[in-house]
Order: sequence, then C-alpha cells, then structure tokens
Amino acid sequence: MSSIKKFCYLNRKAPYGTVYAWEALEVVLIGAAFDQDCSVVFTDDGVYQLLKGQDTADLGIKNFSPTYSALGDYDIRKIYVEKESLEERGLSVDDLQHLVWEDEDEDYAEKDSIMVVTKDELAQVLDEQDVVLSF
Amino acid sequence: MKFAIQVNEGPYTHEASVTALNFVKAVLKAGHEVFRVFFYHDGVNNGTRYTSPPRDDINIADSWSELAKTHNLDLVVCVAAAQRRGIVDQGEQERNGKDGNNIADGFRISGLGQLIEAGIEADRSVVFGD
Repeated sequence: MSSIKKFCYLNRKAPYGTVYAWEALEVVLIGAAFDQDCSVVFTDDGVYQLLKGQDTADLGIKNFSPTYSALGDYDIRKIYVEKESLEERGLSVDDLQHLVWEDEDEDYAEKDSIMVVTKDELAQVLDEQDVVLSF
Repeated sequence: MKFAIQVNEGPYTHEASVTALNFVKAVLKAGHEVFRVFFYHDGVNNGTRYTSPPRDDINIADSWSELAKTHNLDLVVCVAAAQRRGIVDQGEQERNGKDGNNIADGFRISGLGQLIEAGIEADRSVVFGD
C-alpha cells in the first residue's frame, strides 16, 4: 500500500434522522490514518452536518457534531461545502462551525479547512478523485 | 480490473444489496476481480445466516454466501456497524458475552480499515446505497 490515492468522503444526508452522517464520520476518522490524500464534501442535506450549535438533548441521541472540529487534528485540510446546497437551505458559511487545520510549515498557523464551492467546481473536485465513498 | 464494493443497505428494504450482488456477478463473469465486498451501515444485515424469507423470495444472505464460496470472495462486515445491529461471529459472541452468533458462511467481521484498504488496492470502488 505505497501509492497515495485521492479519497473523497461525500456526505449528502442530514446529521440526524438516519445514521449515515455519524457512521460516515467514523470512516473519515479511520481513513485519515491511512495517509491518503483526503477530501470531505458536504452537499444536499449533508451541509446541515456542519451547523453550529447543534443540540440533540431532546432527541435522546448523541450529538456528534463536536467531532468535526477534530478533523484538523487528523490532518484533514480540504472540506468542500456546496454553495447551492447552502443557499437552497437559507444558510451561509457563517452558520457552520469554523473548522481549521494547523500548518506546521508556518509555525502552526490555523488555516480554514472549509471551502465553499459551486456545483460546477464540486463536479471538478469529484472528477479528480480516485475513490469517492458516498454516504 | 480489480473492484472494491461497498454495500450500505440491508437486504429486502432496499434494492441496493441485490443490485450489488448482481453487479459482483457481472464483474466476475466479465473476467474481472473483486478485491473485497465491504458491508456498512444496515448493509451488515446481509451477513446473517438466520435470514429465512418465503420460498418464492430470494435468500440474499445465502446468495452472498454461495457467491463467496464459488469465487473465493472476501465479504467483510464492519465490526462497529455489526455490533450496533446484532451481527455476531464466534469471536464477538465471546467478547460481548452473547448467547449465540449469526454470521453467515463466507462473511467475516473486521474494521473500517478494510474498506479504506480496499479503496487503495482496487482500481475501481463502487458504492451501493441510498
């Protein structure tokens, strides 16, 4: 397993209601240990996964949203959020968690992980991938 | 060409697992190789030998088992997803103090790393799900 492939984790579903988002995040965290080129994409209802201030107390199920802020610690630097999906839901990047990664080449400066991209730009990102795992 | 297959849905409720089964058969028939089939989310429910549908319905778990036996397929059920959904092999039975196990022939339980490894090793990764 010497070659590095471009892995993309494509999140399309809302964080609660089904288990896809939570179990997808588990795949991302495991995948990060394999030293591949990693991108995480949020589109359609998947953009809700990154919303700030999630509170699941009344649902009686685990709020796993704080885990997204750990993605930077797993050296995941490329998080793409589809612009149209945000707009269709009345959201902007300000409604999302501020996710960063630390650039060790620049004295561990914190850099934004989230890139808001259009549908066309996202198509290009997906086209460049070797492996797209869709959730 | 080497294929990695991910199955995200359980049998019967969703067509994805039968479609994956048919796809794997077609891949093998065309002379390609299937590196691994990885069962995730409710897809782990494809791997219980207690599946017993009516006689005029397809037995999806048995179909996977037969295909694995014929073609020496590697059918892997995600351990974390399996634990949530009660898919148990001998080892998991002992570890978790359960009174039985239900893993079907030809399936094995392992970690998510097996999915990533399959993506690395295969020429094409194909996901079946919603």
